[in-house]
Amino acid sequence: MNIDTIKNGYVIDHITAGNAIKIYRLLNLEKLDLVVALITNVKSNKTKTKDLLKIGKLIDIDLDKIAFIDPDVTINIVKNNKIIEKKKLELPERLINVCKCNNPRCITSTERNLDQIFNLTDKENKVYRCNYCEMMLEKDKFLY
Amino acid sequence: MKREKLKNLIDIKDLSVKEIDDLIKVANDIITHKDKYSKKCEGKILATLFFEPSTRTRLSFESAMLRLGGRVLGFSDANCSSTTKGETLGDTIETVSGYADIIAMRHPKEGAPAVASKRASIPIINAGDGGHNHPTQTLTDLLTISREKGRLDNLTIGLCGDLKFGRTIHSIIGAMSRYKNIKFILISPEELKLPDYTITEVLEKNNIEYIETNDLEKYMSELDILYMTRVQKERFFNEADYLRLKDYYILNKKKLEKAKKDLCIMHPLPRVSEISTDVDDDPRAKYFEQAHNGVYIRMALILKLLEVK
Repeated sequence: MNIDTIKNGYVIDHITAGNAIKIYRLLNLEKLDLVVALITNVKSNKTKTKDLLKIGKLIDIDLDKIAFIDPDVTINIVKNNKIIEKKKLELPERLINVCKCNNPRCITSTERNLDQIFNLTDKENKVYRCNYCEMMLEKDKFLY
Repeated sequence: MKREKLKNLIDIKDLSVKEIDDLIKVANDIITHKDKYSKKCEGKILATLFFEPSTRTRLSFESAMLRLGGRVLGFSDANCSSTTKGETLGDTIETVSGYADIIAMRHPKEGAPAVASKRASIPIINAGDGGHNHPTQTLTDLLTISREKGRLDNLTIGLCGDLKFGRTIHSIIGAMSRYKNIKFILISPEELKLPDYTITEVLEKNNIEYIETNDLEKYMSELDILYMTRVQKERFFNEADYLRLKDYYILNKKKLEKAKKDLCIMHPLPRVSEISTDVDDDPRAKYFEQAHNGVYIRMALILKLLEVK
């Protein structure tokens, strides 16, 4: 398969296989007028397989969203066909409007105009809790 | 980073051990010298905003403010507020901030007081938010334990009943875990066990000894405190589950035969059937004293939040 290299943009590498589509959706890339290449199950030396995401423009991207999905990715910033920076990410301390609280008793289920906020309470086990009701964030409850 | 001063009480964790000790000291002083405090809050207004029904907590807040010489306004049912017209909690709170000097609020939604504190220009006291937190009940419990046992450390505490949804249980575990040599006996049916996260993030993280059992009498002789709770109907989505579990534990005189002579029996009240009335005249039954203590600790808290000396 041949995917053209990009002149300006991002190459998000070392994405755990299966996660690229989540990043694509969480960054709302389908709504932007951009060239995007989403490649899944690429053979990798580090892990058995990985995903890759190429974005053909240097847009503002929310690194916290990417880090939340997959903190081990590498973000290559490409300018004039050259990688000018390689970024490593860390789990964000706070997620704002990335995920939705699943607790029907939480105030976020009724109060209008309230940000959905989650705080990292256990870094080792990647546990996030709702800022309001402290309910643990359930996997994949994203706000797409 | 050290906080400058306490602005709101949303969660018992907002208070340091020293602040709790200071509140207990003031509450004890109020109990001994009631007259000294009877005009401390003259000219101040407490708003009691109860979006969910409550008798004890609301009346104890109102009694606390009246005993301090202040006045009270508010509502005791969400149907009496503009919530029924679709007003957001934030708007209600911002409005009431101009009508009173301090707010005590109860709300069925968890986290509602945290939202309110962001919009209020006056102190907010969480008087219970769903199954989440009830910090003034915990302060009441700590005052009662301190008065009855003379200490808040070196205690074996039995918690019995609904440990899953019981907000008083979660708060008291968090608060007591900060004191030395505390051991918990967690007594509940399988379906109402303490949530795993409370075990890992509070008990195990703080190296607190605990035993889980479904047998109320098994560890009775070891207990310094027995804290009974009601299985709360309003926390169940399924009525069949409630009916099956509501009478799982009933404490009576016979079950107390092996208990220590100085055991302190507590209950946040209201009770339904979990403590038989034959226990009421046992000198170890302290739940009505506990309810009375609630007024004094709330008086101490109002004074602290309003910065009245």
